[in-house]
Amino acid sequence: MNLAFRDVRHNLFRFLLTCLGLGLLMTVVLAMMGIYNGLVADALNIVKAPQADLWVVEADTQGPFAEASQVPNATRDAVARLYGVTQAGSITYQTVEAPFEGATMRLYVIGYERGRLGGPQTITEGRGLQASHFEMVADSKTGLTPGETLMLGRNRFAVVGLVRDTMNSGGDPAVFLTLADAQVLQTQLAPPAARVQAARGGTAPGGATVAALIARLDPSVDPRSVAQTVRQWKHLSALTQAEQEDILIQSVVDKARKQIGLFLGILLTVSAVVIALIIYTMTMEKLKQIATLKLIGAPDRVIIGLIVQQSVALGAVGLTLGLGLILLVKDYFPRRVLLEPVNALALTGIILVVCVLASGLGVRAALKVDPATALGG
Amino acid sequence: MLDDSRRVIVEIKSVAKHYGEGDARVDALRNLDLKVHAGEVVALLGPSGSGKTTLLNIIGCIIDPSKGQVSLDGEMVYDNKWLRGDLRRLRLDKIGFIFQAHNLLPFLNATDNVALVLQLAGKTAAQAQARAVELLAYLEVGNRARAMPALLSGGEAQRVAIARALANSPRIILADEPTAALDSKRAGIVMDLLRKLAAEQEACIIAVTHDEKILDRFDRLFNLRDGRLEDIIGDAR
Repeated sequence: MNLAFRDVRHNLFRFLLTCLGLGLLMTVVLAMMGIYNGLVADALNIVKAPQADLWVVEADTQGPFAEASQVPNATRDAVARLYGVTQAGSITYQTVEAPFEGATMRLYVIGYERGRLGGPQTITEGRGLQASHFEMVADSKTGLTPGETLMLGRNRFAVVGLVRDTMNSGGDPAVFLTLADAQVLQTQLAPPAARVQAARGGTAPGGATVAALIARLDPSVDPRSVAQTVRQWKHLSALTQAEQEDILIQSVVDKARKQIGLFLGILLTVSAVVIALIIYTMTMEKLKQIATLKLIGAPDRVIIGLIVQQSVALGAVGLTLGLGLILLVKDYFPRRVLLEPVNALALTGIILVVCVLASGLGVRAALKVDPATALGG
Repeated sequence: MLDDSRRVIVEIKSVAKHYGEGDARVDALRNLDLKVHAGEVVALLGPSGSGKTTLLNIIGCIIDPSKGQVSLDGEMVYDNKWLRGDLRRLRLDKIGFIFQAHNLLPFLNATDNVALVLQLAGKTAAQAQARAVELLAYLEVGNRARAMPALLSGGEAQRVAIARALANSPRIILADEPTAALDSKRAGIVMDLLRKLAAEQEACIIAVTHDEKILDRFDRLFNLRDGRLEDIIGDAR
């Protein structure tokens, strides 16, 4: 006869209500885990998207994701001719705000040369860029659909295709333009400013520079040796893909990652305390019944089983509800919530340990109960 | 008159119990001797604080005496120390408890409340259920076998509690105010039932009571005052 199950069945509504509360808490914990993962994955996605082995950037800079970098576009041909380089491309990155349907949309603009490295890898809807100007491929998080148009700077761009999960470390969804369009967007002045510039005899900033040059190498070539070769040009620096990813994680998203990690730790601690409190209260409410069990001869293992099984059941149902809920709502979060099976497994392990430890308080109280309490009337 | 040739089920010799030491010392029981025979139904009377519950707890192996000897069903279980390591098992096998407020587990139905003690004693679920149903029928609450305790009347709940106390055929039944929650008619019925069971199972029943309406149902009445078994009031029957 399973006493824990019978007790749960007897107080089913209260048990489910408690599980629901715990489930909501688990939802928040899982959301934080997902946001934490999403932050890192988004940051890495943008640097992994071009599938490059080498990043050539301005000398003494950490590359386009950590700080401003300007490299002459013409250098691309020189990089392409280096030993071991199979493909090279120019790429620009910038953040813009564009008016759309009465609101302002914040976008991460990636400019690349059609037919070279740096473009979107997988188009989920529509097609890639075909025209030289005024087409864009957008991340689905923008809410744009193929056929819609959007003003960027002084030009209107047509959405021709969609990609997924491409955004910068700040969560701004990416749009892909041709390199020429992206450079114009980056340097073109507003008409009054352009007139003032012309009156002063200055020339409009040209499109001769890009944020970085990217290269794909022959698999037999060590990227570090090519990077070393590039560094011999004093005006350039080079980072391997692994170095670029490290920079992104260590310097760009590190604080946000730690912040979310700390918050996650606090949430787990709060969850542990809440679970402990619930189990302890549930046990304290049953002290007279536990005294009766002791008096009629129930061994300690029966009493411990009653408490620990209920505790684990509470944790398991709460966690299941939390998992179900987060899977239902994760796509409505403004930032990507990325849940991996390992997260669910890790949380299951943590909750199991927390439940068993938390039930320790209740077990301790139960084992101290004097069976004579049951005789007291 | 009492037939002293019957088997002694509970025997306590020179049992004393005190709480605290020095000026704070309270003597709950002072050198008590008591013998209760098979089939006997005895009552412990006395004012609050006289030591009735302490005596019941000592016989029930719930608290330690300060000194003395306790023998249950022919087995010496306490001789200035407990001679059995597993007192809960001893209670499960030899002692049944009936409480003032029945103390049925609220999350088990009537049958399961009775079956639980049988399963704890090692019976299979099927054996325990069959015996529980049989006992409930014997106590005339078979029609309430599936009812939860909250849905039982006071009398029905007390009968289920008695069935639970009797489930493992204990030789000693300890009852703490068994009729306090019942009206005089039902109290009389319960006491008659206990007398019948004690006779049939050769068990002894020791009850703490203040209920004067049922005193005529006891074989012997013991009056406890200031920790002493002051007086055997007599064979009430």
